[in-house]
Amino acid sequence: MTIVNYDPRLVKTKNPYPKGPNDWKRFFSFNTDAKVIGIQYIVTALFFLLIGGLLGMLIRGELITPPSDLFDPTVYNGLYTMHGTIMLFLFLFPILSGLTNLLVPPMIGAPDMAFPKLNALAFWLVPVFSIILLLSFFVPGGPASSGWWSYPPISIQNPLGKIINGEMLWIIAISLSGISSIIGAVNFVTTIIRMRAPGMGFFKMPIFIWTVLAAQLLQLLGLPALTGGAIMLFFDLTFGTSFFRVEGGGDPVLFQHFFWFYSHPAVYVMVLPVFGIFSELFPVYSRKPLFGYKFVAIASFGITILSLVVWVHHMFYTGTPMWMRNLFMFTTMLIAVPTGVKVFAWIATLWGGNIRLSTPMLFCLGGLFNFIFGGITGVMLATVPVDIHVGNTYFVVAHFHYIIFNTIAFGIFAAIYHWFPKFTGKMFYEGLGKIHFTLTFIGATLNWLPLHWAGLLGMPRRVASYDPEFAIWNVLASIGAFILGVASIPFILNMVSSWVRGKSAPPNPWKAIGLEWLLPSPPPHENFEEDIPTVLNEPYCYGLDKPFVEDEKFYVEKSLKKH
Amino acid sequence: MNTKIRRLKKKNFSNTFIIIIAVLLNLLVSLLMGYWSYSWLPIQASEAAHYVDNLFAFETTIGTFIFLGCTGTMAWILVFNRAPKYDESNGEPLEGNLKLEIIWTIVPLILVLAISIYSTGVNNKLENLGSKIKYDFGSEVPFVEEKKVFDYGPIDVISRQWNWEFVYPNGIHSSELHLPVNKRSNFRLITEDVIHSFYVPAFRLKQDIIPGSVITYSLTPTKEGVYRLRDAMFSGAYFSQNQTNVIVESEDIFLQWINETVKKEPQNGLNPAGRLYDKRLRNGNRGWATVKPAPDPKVNEVGFEERPHDS
Ligand code: HEM
Ligand SMILES: [Cu+2]
Repeated sequence: MTIVNYDPRLVKTKNPYPKGPNDWKRFFSFNTDAKVIGIQYIVTALFFLLIGGLLGMLIRGELITPPSDLFDPTVYNGLYTMHGTIMLFLFLFPILSGLTNLLVPPMIGAPDMAFPKLNALAFWLVPVFSIILLLSFFVPGGPASSGWWSYPPISIQNPLGKIINGEMLWIIAISLSGISSIIGAVNFVTTIIRMRAPGMGFFKMPIFIWTVLAAQLLQLLGLPALTGGAIMLFFDLTFGTSFFRVEGGGDPVLFQHFFWFYSHPAVYVMVLPVFGIFSELFPVYSRKPLFGYKFVAIASFGITILSLVVWVHHMFYTGTPMWMRNLFMFTTMLIAVPTGVKVFAWIATLWGGNIRLSTPMLFCLGGLFNFIFGGITGVMLATVPVDIHVGNTYFVVAHFHYIIFNTIAFGIFAAIYHWFPKFTGKMFYEGLGKIHFTLTFIGATLNWLPLHWAGLLGMPRRVASYDPEFAIWNVLASIGAFILGVASIPFILNMVSSWVRGKSAPPNPWKAIGLEWLLPSPPPHENFEEDIPTVLNEPYCYGLDKPFVEDEKFYVEKSLKKH
Repeated sequence: MNTKIRRLKKKNFSNTFIIIIAVLLNLLVSLLMGYWSYSWLPIQASEAAHYVDNLFAFETTIGTFIFLGCTGTMAWILVFNRAPKYDESNGEPLEGNLKLEIIWTIVPLILVLAISIYSTGVNNKLENLGSKIKYDFGSEVPFVEEKKVFDYGPIDVISRQWNWEFVYPNGIHSSELHLPVNKRSNFRLITEDVIHSFYVPAFRLKQDIIPGSVITYSLTPTKEGVYRLRDAMFSGAYFSQNQTNVIVESEDIFLQWINETVKKEPQNGLNPAGRLYDKRLRNGNRGWATVKPAPDPKVNEVGFEERPHDS
């Protein structure tokens, strides 16, 4: 069996709903077109970004003064638990699935995903579990309030003794989210392995495809542990079993192993596609080939493998024996090597380029800048003695927001702007984009940079009140959070108004190299339809005399004609 | 032709010059940051503290050097390699450079190896965080012999939702933790409900307390003063109230405190969570789920909450 040089259309299941409505209603219909599903994911996720952001601002509102004066402490705990859960499971994972859905088929020249119906199922689980999660605000006792990691025994205390409670709904929602992600992962992996355009061998795939493959394999390897842990937690909570309940001989620390065995890799599930986005965009906006393409591709798999053996770095002070702490410190530190390879390759790509500071590039540069910072604090956290001091303080909160928002969300914004013309057929307003970037960068820096110092001084995370010596850092952070809230206004304005009445976009507005840019904007239903280009080289060959596909002219002309 | 080569040479020379100056400047700033980093941390009040702080300063120095090296290069590129408006030509088509790529794989590898080895060394020096030893819930907490001898202890540290209680070998109970300076004190960490975490920033030490397990460890305070003990592991509704003070005093005063306290009648100890809960009940319970706080501990030394702390 040859994997390359075959017709991707043969693998795909026939689209069962070819004749959905063809206007905006399409996006609210049950549709199996990956492009529709992609946009459904993204719009849903952005909606939850606003909700999660609102909760975040409420948290920062409470923390702007030392005493706990805005909310009852129980309410506060519910707020930050829901904030974390919504941001991870209703914003970051779905929006990345959305981008992946939009980008993977056109980038590899496939007409659609391998299993379009499963794809739709994976998406429609998101509104289902988000409703379950949000309903928990209305059950007696309020929503889950034991943090996004839901450690027992707190999570199984169930003080009101009711069977239906916030924690139970939380576990159900998270398990459904896991199922949705597994379905998605199977689909992405199959599509990438089986449906690439003729000639697109592994080392001709765009880096984004490499990183998606690496990330989705991680989902398949890691998620069963979390789901197993969640089911055991459910049994402990609802049926009184004792997997983690001490009174029956269980061990609560066991849950932490299940949890982090998945949740550490989960951070790489999120960040890897963003590495892919950086690798796509830096070459375009500096007009240079990606430096060290093969090294960057292989580094993605290095990260995948290593990230499976570092989870205990979240448990250095839970009574873990010394030899284990030293071992996991060492494996964690190794992650910095493939990650560093990527960072250096990006900087080398920029070096001597012809840099265009458009909005997507600004978000990429800002994201890389913050990632270098967050990576360094990560290495600090990996060393056991330092972690013992700052672990579970605001230093950790600052570290992971530097990565999860200041890097990952920045990369996501970059991708949204970069591919917006392709999938909507409209250009966005550059000026609004730049305002969005500036406000986001200032807000994010002000929000999380000061919190490093609060943590170093010993302010624990998850507190509703704190000693006055931490006040200054928290005031700054709260102002930053409110600026971030304001930053969402130009973004929404831009997206809505340019989609409705923006200038129509040419097929390749950035003069980028990649299969998706050979399609009309927006691409037709089955992307290349009858003629699938044969790929000759990897993308990013800016300024090199290497043709990207056979008969490029033909496809360029075809994309213009459709347009 | 000749002038071109000369110009190129001149350019190369000035480039090298700029790079050397930049690296030296970076080194200087990084060393300064490492030096400043001590001031970002609380007072050093235990033997462990200066080891941890030195490691942190070392990492801050290396981290600053790498951060400024990378972002400085980025800034340089942004200043000098910007495309003029409407210029859509390509940059220099550099695809890779095997030598460079191997160097920047090996250098970070050596660097993180160095940091790991240094930090393993510090780990072994601290030698005071314990492993957990499981015991049957509800039964007597077992006594665990510590290999390294200690001067004082074991002091039982009992954590609850949400108060702290300390039990000394002579049987006194206290809401505040009193320790003799420059003596190695030993603890047994015990929780009666959920996971808590014993965290004294000034000592640079944090140890989770696991239900159904006892964890022992020792530390040596090195500076007299009042330090804050904070619960670092989220432990439920009144988690942020779960704080108390650690008072480090000279051995004489400490012994005097022990002898005087033993004579005091047991009374209700510090329990800020209990007070907040009562207030909540008085104001009308809105029904958000919370565990009822543990009753006030009965202690010989109540201490006082409003005592100002040094860090
Ligand atoms: C590359 C993307 C990264 C992401 C998305 C990320 C994300 C996170 C998150 C979410 C947490 C906090 C989890 C929690 O307690 O709720 C965390 C903690 C941590 N991270 Fe990262 N991180 C990244 C990179 C790194 C790197 C490169 C290292 C080390 C080389 C590192 C080391 C750590 C350590 C040791 C902790 C545990 C701190 C503690 O809880 O005491 N991280 N990270
Ligand atoms: Cu981790």
